[in-house]
Amino acid sequence: MELICPAGTPAALRTAVDAGADAIYCGFADATNARNFPGLNFSRREMGEGIAYAHRSNAKVLVAINTFPAAGAQTPWHSAVDDAVAAGADALIVADVGLIDYAAHTHPAQRLHLSVQAAAANPDAIGFYVRNFGIRRVVLPRVLTVAEIAAIARAIDCETEVFIFGGLCVMAEGRCSLSSHVTGQSPNMHGVCSPASHVVYREEGGTLVSRLGNFTINRFARGEPSAFPTLCKVRFKTSLGSGYLFEDPVSLDAAAILPGLRAAGVTALKIEGRQRSRAYTEGVVRGFREQLDALDAGEKPPADRLAALTEGQSSTLGAYRKTWR
Amino acid sequence: MTRPMKLTLGPILFNWEPDIWRDFYFRIADEAAVDAVAVGEVVCSKRMPFFDEHFPAVLERLIAAGKEVLVSSLALVTLERERRRTEELALADEWLVEANDISCIAHLGGRPHVIGPFVNVYNEGTARWFAAQGARRICLPPELPLESIAAIAAATPQAEIEVFAFGRAPLAISARCYHARLHKLAKDNCRFVCAADPDGLPVDTLDDERFLVVNGVQTLAYTCTNLIMDLDDLAQANIASLRLSPQHCDMVAVAGTFREVLDGKMPAEEGLRELAAIYPDVPTTNNFLRARATTAQAFRGISTA
Repeated sequence: MELICPAGTPAALRTAVDAGADAIYCGFADATNARNFPGLNFSRREMGEGIAYAHRSNAKVLVAINTFPAAGAQTPWHSAVDDAVAAGADALIVADVGLIDYAAHTHPAQRLHLSVQAAAANPDAIGFYVRNFGIRRVVLPRVLTVAEIAAIARAIDCETEVFIFGGLCVMAEGRCSLSSHVTGQSPNMHGVCSPASHVVYREEGGTLVSRLGNFTINRFARGEPSAFPTLCKVRFKTSLGSGYLFEDPVSLDAAAILPGLRAAGVTALKIEGRQRSRAYTEGVVRGFREQLDALDAGEKPPADRLAALTEGQSSTLGAYRKTWR
Repeated sequence: MTRPMKLTLGPILFNWEPDIWRDFYFRIADEAAVDAVAVGEVVCSKRMPFFDEHFPAVLERLIAAGKEVLVSSLALVTLERERRRTEELALADEWLVEANDISCIAHLGGRPHVIGPFVNVYNEGTARWFAAQGARRICLPPELPLESIAAIAAATPQAEIEVFAFGRAPLAISARCYHARLHKLAKDNCRFVCAADPDGLPVDTLDDERFLVVNGVQTLAYTCTNLIMDLDDLAQANIASLRLSPQHCDMVAVAGTFREVLDGKMPAEEGLRELAAIYPDVPTTNNFLRARATTAQAFRGISTA
């Protein structure tokens, strides 16, 4: 199985390549990708250099152009496609039907991957993109069990890529407007979710209060670790009780089920976190490289050293295990 | 001023009692000033068997009343039985399909259909591609601002563009059921607890502001989208149709109010007051249309006893 690693900066790309990534995914520094954060992502020149660096180590670069182009202003997305192809990208990660159509027609030889933001969660939806646009790989949404992934992999005519580590969308990706509702900033349109620019922390009588936009979305007692206030992992009140309604502030760690994912026929394993530090990238990539090498050699995998790198030091297998649902 | 827009009643998103569900549509057929009615379970496939029994009678009554009937497909399709159901729905030729997932469009094979608000159509490139594949009408995602809506409509004359104009805006769908989770039940053994909340289960912030509602695997805004004050801008943008999404209130009166304002028989301000009386206590919003964030002000003064 290929190990697909995030890079928010050229330095992180080099770190991930050196740490043993088979492929790096990254995006341009604008709203065309789903991690449109300040100070993150690549200029055109940096993308060209990053691809050259990766190729020297036989690593691939997948360019994420996976937001939905703005109506009446699609040019930045079309340019991103053209420029990524010109820079030598090994694949484009795309979600919008119109943009996929543009890429498939303008650059018929370019390898296209279907982004998780397209939320193609079954063989019929995936087959639609394969038939109409020649999609070569689908990144599966984080709503499926391992058994469902195996059934999908058997039924489709393209490769599958699944998330194994990092941030966990609880909602079907590409179909969530929670952030948009609260902050006016949308994952689909602006490439951001619960943006840091809209987050405020303040101390209230020994309690740390976090606010997103105009709303109080969490309170932490003294000593309680405070996770980043992503809207689906904060505390709410209902008539049936208060707490983490959608999901606890946990992140995904599928290290324990790598053999199951391989048996399911998965082609590639993806680590989330283009916004994370180089140290994080290096630690996670090295950790999974060791796990995969051991798996390929039929050896006992080394002890999982990734726990310390999970958000809030608390992890889950997410939807991969059916009990999550 | 009259505005030549059609009204579409969207599918019921909540889990209503089957008899109430049937009677709701009978009354819509007999009395509501809507041109099209979308029927079918969009949110949770486990609810489908309850409505199947009444489905033929409802369809017949709506057709007899001269309504254009759309049969809506499930928004999130993962299970085998959900795939089969979606395929059957798409292949039937007795009705016009409203596709809410790409997997439904995959089975339509270019036959005429409608695209619902759960398929991502964010720009004219996508709208035109779907129109070329047989989409006659496209209901755009609720989060799109007016500028985008206008650009899509201007560039896509080959399809009618519809806008989500009344009701709690759907915000997210998940494989996980939050009604079951709140009741400490597994999804597979959920006892259909969502039926206790026919307008959604309110979710408040820690400061007791109304914020969201949960509807099984779906999450919606607590606020009610209401574009009755924006009809001139929508008409200007050549919007062909408005979607009214059923809430637990008198939807015949909601449709009648929209119709009167559209036809210039009632001022928009009066329409707004009417709607506030028909669906009281839920703050209205046009924030998505105006590209604004939701403010806590909108929720003040509403107690969360």
